[in-house]
Amino acid sequence: MGRTLAEKVWEQHVVRRAEGEPDLLYIDLHLIHEVTSPQAFDGLRMAGRTVRRPDLTIATEDHNVPTLLGPITDPVSKTQVETLRKNCAEFGVRLHPMGDAGQGVVHIIGPQFGLTQPGMTIVCGDSHTSTHGAFGGIAFGIGTSEVEHVLATQTLPAYRPKTMAIEVSGELPPGVTAKDLILAIIAKIGTGGGQGYIVEYRGEAIRKLSMEGRMTICNMSIEAGARAGMIAPDETTFAYLQGRPHAPTGEQWDAAVEYWKSLVTDSDAVFDTVVEIDASTLTPFVTWGTNPGQGAPLGTAVPAPEETNDPAAARRALEYMGLTPGTPLREVEVDTVFVGSCTNGRLEDLRAAAEVLRGRSVVTRTLIVPGSMLVKLQAEQEGLHEVFKAAGAEWREAGCSMCLGMNPDTLAPGERSASTSNRNFEGRQGKGGRTHLVSPAVAAATAVTGKLTAPADLA
Amino acid sequence: MEAFTAHTGRAVPLRRSNVDTDQIIPAVWLKQVSRTGFEKGLFSAWREDPDFVLNQPAYQGASILVSGPDFGTGSSREHAVWALQQYGFRVVIAARFGDIFRNNSTKMGLLPVVLPAETVEALQSAVEADPALEVTVDLGERRVRWGAESAGFEIDDYTRWRLMEGLDDIGLTLRNADDVTAYENGRQPWLPTTV
Repeated sequence: MGRTLAEKVWEQHVVRRAEGEPDLLYIDLHLIHEVTSPQAFDGLRMAGRTVRRPDLTIATEDHNVPTLLGPITDPVSKTQVETLRKNCAEFGVRLHPMGDAGQGVVHIIGPQFGLTQPGMTIVCGDSHTSTHGAFGGIAFGIGTSEVEHVLATQTLPAYRPKTMAIEVSGELPPGVTAKDLILAIIAKIGTGGGQGYIVEYRGEAIRKLSMEGRMTICNMSIEAGARAGMIAPDETTFAYLQGRPHAPTGEQWDAAVEYWKSLVTDSDAVFDTVVEIDASTLTPFVTWGTNPGQGAPLGTAVPAPEETNDPAAARRALEYMGLTPGTPLREVEVDTVFVGSCTNGRLEDLRAAAEVLRGRSVVTRTLIVPGSMLVKLQAEQEGLHEVFKAAGAEWREAGCSMCLGMNPDTLAPGERSASTSNRNFEGRQGKGGRTHLVSPAVAAATAVTGKLTAPADLA
Repeated sequence: MEAFTAHTGRAVPLRRSNVDTDQIIPAVWLKQVSRTGFEKGLFSAWREDPDFVLNQPAYQGASILVSGPDFGTGSSREHAVWALQQYGFRVVIAARFGDIFRNNSTKMGLLPVVLPAETVEALQSAVEADPALEVTVDLGERRVRWGAESAGFEIDDYTRWRLMEGLDDIGLTLRNADDVTAYENGRQPWLPTTV
């Protein structure tokens, strides 16, 4: 019987397999940031251990960093960032600190450097590590104990998850993006739908996505509960990678591409579960509740709790969100718009927002936060920052920013945002803040009208 | 890691689904670089409500959390596990867990117990009827017992053994360091390094 993509990549990385034990899996790339690593480095020190492969480890500062120029003013954040610097110096790990041209959100910099390649295993103490699966590897988030384990051994003991195919047929209609698609998928299968699975996204609509769109899809696999999401590599993947700083060159490039082409699910392979969705029926999608599965097409209304699959949770969510069933989603008024994050902080996302904002003005507080310093530079080379500034939006430095509000970019209690990030949990963007997850295009259109809006609605 | 064989204690019913790790420990608490002091941040937003179940006198000192489904979804923050443990919990019972949270729990010796949703609800109801009810979670027998009731749960043999022995995963892996070296010698030559 044939094998799925996930099975092929997994098998390639099994260091040790023993009856009744989890597989010991080799890790090709370990990404580090300041929030989930300090206690892991402490653990190494206490046990007198070293980092086994600093050359397969890379660190960046992203979660805490301010997006306005200047030093970190919060002393606790400052200590955390300084701790990362000390740990990286002590253990020989390469770090991209604030101000460095390579600094950025951990899941943006891996792909942009060409460190994220097909067939690799990639981990990070961050659940959105699933992003890297867009290149056809197995990438997943881990906790601090596992960060320490990978630092010490470059391996992880793990049971192979089950496999799920999400088959996306048809083509996304104009104005409907990867973000709308993944929000629709999560609404369909639920926040627990992917638990215990590695998801492979397949089908015509997926093949037609750019690498950046594919990263948006895989990024939010965790919001469907999946351990990882992946997409088979193809010419789009190879074209994206070629010429990047850490991509192979010459004969090694040819050998790599030949291998990468084998990283597809065999035609006779069987998935444990298959989910089908027709992309051609989709429209812009937004969330109305406090988990990413509580979403609906923008053209609909706030649902009545009884119409949902978890009425108690919906009732609680609507109360928190300050929404009344039956209110058209297009009439929901927003105070703040955030464009950024590892979900939608890449160049294409900024282009999509700029296209809507060109020649228009925003009526909300609007933060545009590039995912990395390189994305910022590229956007400025294209003049996107001028478009944003002319529209009245704020053009910021790179970081995680308002996705989780560990830096000063937060919502005040009761404030409502349209956000291109990945989580609408209670208090995620600031205590008492209310979040609607949207695509960059919808975020930008919303900034123009002050209500949840699609670009097509604008005159 | 402290070994876990069996635990008897009082339980607290948390009748909410999708208890994400941002609720268990909000991001503002993640700036600490130590492993201690997270109990103050546990459910800190929800605990501001005097009616929240953890604030009710009847449930003070409970060590088993009985939650709605999809507990620990979202962020990979292991701080959620530390916060629960430091507050005094040894066990979380739910019908479904976020994968990363569940993994993190077993690394730290906080036992995640999966029971069918209707069994979880029955246990919640029993605890609500009698908050002093003693609940026993027996990892050796893979069984939860309360009053005259009991329910079996599944956990793989390896994780159960590791928890019952209180073994450090890194130490176990380092026993196989030669396998790791052998694997490294055969890695594909084009794979990137960060230097």
